[in-house]
Amino acid sequence: MEVIVSDWVDIGALEDVPVRGARKVKTPIGCVGVFRTAHDEVFALVDACPHKGGPLSEGIVHGRAVTCPLHNWVIALDTGLAQGADEGGVPTVPTRLEHGRILLDRAAVTVRAAAE
Amino acid sequence: MAQKLVVIGAGMASGRALEELFALSPDAYEVTLFGAEPRGNYNRLMLSPVLSGEKTYEEIITHDAAWYEANKVACRFGEAVTGIDRARKVVISSGGETPYDKLIVATGSQPFIIPVPGKDLPGVITFRDLDDVNKMRAAAAVPGSKAVVIGGGLLGLEAAAGLQMQGMEVTVLHLMPHLMERQLDPAASYLLQKELERRGISVRCKANTHAILGDGKVEAVKLDDGTEIPADIVVMAVGIRPDTALAKEAGLACGRGIHVDDQMLTSDPDVLGVGECVEHDGMVYGLVAPLYEMGKVLAKTLMGQEAAYRGSVMNTKLKVTGVDLFSAGDFAEGDDRDEIVFRDPARGVYKRIVLRDDKVIGAVMYGDTADGAWFFGLLKDGKDVAEMRDMLVFGPAFQGGTKLDPMAAVAALPDDAEICGCNGVCKGTIVNAITSKGLTSLEEVKAHTKASSSCGTCSGLVEQVMAMTLGDGFEVKQNKAMCACTELTHMDVRRLIKSKQLKSMPAVMQECGWKTSCGCHSCRPALNYYLLADWPGEYEDDYQSRFINERVHSNIQKDGTFSVVPRMWGGITNPAELRAIADAAEKYNVPTVKVTGGQRIDLLGVKKEDLPAIWADLNAAGMVSGQAYAKGLRTVKTCVGTDHCRFGTQDSTGLGIKMEKALWGSWTPHKVKMAVTGCPRNCAEATCKDIGVVCVDSGYDLHIGGAAGLHVKETVLLCKLTTEADVIEYSAACVQLYREEAQYLHRMYKWIDQVGLDHVKQRIVEDAESRKALAARFYYAQTFMQKDPWAERASEGVHAHEFKPIAEVA
Repeated sequence: MEVIVSDWVDIGALEDVPVRGARKVKTPIGCVGVFRTAHDEVFALVDACPHKGGPLSEGIVHGRAVTCPLHNWVIALDTGLAQGADEGGVPTVPTRLEHGRILLDRAAVTVRAAAE
Repeated sequence: MAQKLVVIGAGMASGRALEELFALSPDAYEVTLFGAEPRGNYNRLMLSPVLSGEKTYEEIITHDAAWYEANKVACRFGEAVTGIDRARKVVISSGGETPYDKLIVATGSQPFIIPVPGKDLPGVITFRDLDDVNKMRAAAAVPGSKAVVIGGGLLGLEAAAGLQMQGMEVTVLHLMPHLMERQLDPAASYLLQKELERRGISVRCKANTHAILGDGKVEAVKLDDGTEIPADIVVMAVGIRPDTALAKEAGLACGRGIHVDDQMLTSDPDVLGVGECVEHDGMVYGLVAPLYEMGKVLAKTLMGQEAAYRGSVMNTKLKVTGVDLFSAGDFAEGDDRDEIVFRDPARGVYKRIVLRDDKVIGAVMYGDTADGAWFFGLLKDGKDVAEMRDMLVFGPAFQGGTKLDPMAAVAALPDDAEICGCNGVCKGTIVNAITSKGLTSLEEVKAHTKASSSCGTCSGLVEQVMAMTLGDGFEVKQNKAMCACTELTHMDVRRLIKSKQLKSMPAVMQECGWKTSCGCHSCRPALNYYLLADWPGEYEDDYQSRFINERVHSNIQKDGTFSVVPRMWGGITNPAELRAIADAAEKYNVPTVKVTGGQRIDLLGVKKEDLPAIWADLNAAGMVSGQAYAKGLRTVKTCVGTDHCRFGTQDSTGLGIKMEKALWGSWTPHKVKMAVTGCPRNCAEATCKDIGVVCVDSGYDLHIGGAAGLHVKETVLLCKLTTEADVIEYSAACVQLYREEAQYLHRMYKWIDQVGLDHVKQRIVEDAESRKALAARFYYAQTFMQKDPWAERASEGVHAHEFKPIAEVA
């Protein structure tokens, strides 16, 4: 059977994510946090703080950053990098917003199949 | 010989396209123009001033009969086009068939009508053309008539302002939390709403229309919450959608709009599209500037010249006389970008410029938009502004400029604004005392006015009033600012919230001159608490400004699971409750069950998705949230007292349960722990709690200000009481005073250190009237707070989005 897989996967509507909030997406590479800023920008990060693996999607979203709920590390949503004096980063997942739908880069959230 | 050009739609887009075409070549085409309205092209943007009475229809006509005649345009106004036959290249209308060589589709857009019962009643009007305006003006001519405008965007607000100027009583309903959310940030929206309300327009955000009511004509609008708003007309202004019906029927490729390429060609090379009906590169435009840019390209394409439309950067101005508002570009925030925020609370000015790589990429302004065009120019040109960055926000005319003034919030206060809440002292009284009595120190001001002489938390503001009055001669003590978003301290902000009656987060940020547009993780939870505590029943809790534990009513653990602690009133439980807890622990595979220090049971390691289900099970056994996560009442620890103990002097368990039932639910600056112990042996450890009751033979010793955390503090005795009712009233009053006066995240002992025990004693023990008023305010707030948050989520579906992933990707 041939399955046509597009490069982008629709994970839901913009309205499904609270303004200044986040939702989780379960993926083959683990949980991904999808964030929505006060100005309706959307970002996605692997949902694990570079510090102790805290679930970033549970943090407070302010500006274009999220504060980890475990120990208040502030992570930039667009780069995944820790801000201020903290060092470290978390992988970002490319996103697109199209007609109010949020799309994630499929390749970034799926494990590549073994070579044929 | 000239080719035949047929145009469907006689609006602004096709009007401009024709002007461009005739400028390139007056005779290349023989033009036939169809329009659904029985009139030619007029400036639709100017319908608002026609509605408000500031202009007449004649003044807004763009193309009159003479223009059409001079350009030899065959006008077929009022004649609706019913079809396009692309194979035979003819347009079909009531007047027959009209052949074309080239066809322009400029059908514009249709107002969106929300599908609610009553939408077809006479009196429901859109705001699209002159006929609509005439209907609205006719309705407004009846004295005392009322209008409801559905939609708080550009169009809706212009309609509302126009109708209000025509003498109607106007209510605006807006589905979103703030007005014009697509063009404005919350700060600018706040100022806009304030101005509209000042004019007498009533604004309701988050208002979902349920139905339009009326018998044969519009009589009222009913909202989802049951409110009915009387109305003689309802203006539907929720948005527009491209009118693609004709194009679709003719088989042209359409998405949201008719697909056009960079040359404005549709999927048929002889058919072009322009204006609000087209979709270019995924975008649909509803503003005039892009339509003009498209018109220019379309004319060149028709003449076989090279041209390409590449999309537009847009800016918005609201055309309401006396409201200055400007928005352009991308004004989201981010770490790769900087923002410059300027607020002048006294003049009601807000400006925010967003920069990336030293270039302006967005701007929002309210109150003073004179420089809007200049900023828009910088934005479109992508000019490097590194050189002028410091003074950029002051616009092109800056000369040395003034620095942002941390005193601005206090300077903007009116004389009757209350600075000292304890003693009811207004700003004017302080200024008078300083000038008439020649006061120069805070101590003198305290002595003469009593301001800041009780709890002292307003001393920062009093000093600012002194600095403002005395000028450079007075130096304000530097107090620690709340966070990097403001110069003000927590206490300054708390006072300003009360004295300026600030009831929303954007209001606080604007009136206190916040330096960021939406705060940070430090100030937002604090502001949310202050607003909740100060305006019970009015302020709506902002869950996105809460820490995860308070948002999902459980404690997050280091692995991202949660812990669940049901309330055990006074530490008393029974076999049925224990059985339900045991069942829940097994059913949800709870890895750890632990007895807490607060005399209850903690289920640790619950998966977030399981929370609503486990709560439902515990609720079914009669248990509610123990709020072990809350900045609020945690537990009331008790000993067994006279029930069993041979030393017990009073019913400590019973009193503990009564206190817990009275005091649970309210939010406080930090957690509150209590205990009631039956005798001075103190088995319930009452003397290291925020409020501790030690039972003695003669009654109850009420202790406050203990803690056993990072700092271990012994309580101090507040007073001796003789009845249980007194203990509960005094405790409620004490918690309320703490709620009103303390800084966020200060435990009770820190607050007492700051205001002094004498102040607390005076307000709670010595002044019975004050105590009763405090207790009354506490119980009023409790009417909103005593709802089990678990039940709301387990069975009423509150915040369902919190507990499940948005999607699963295989």
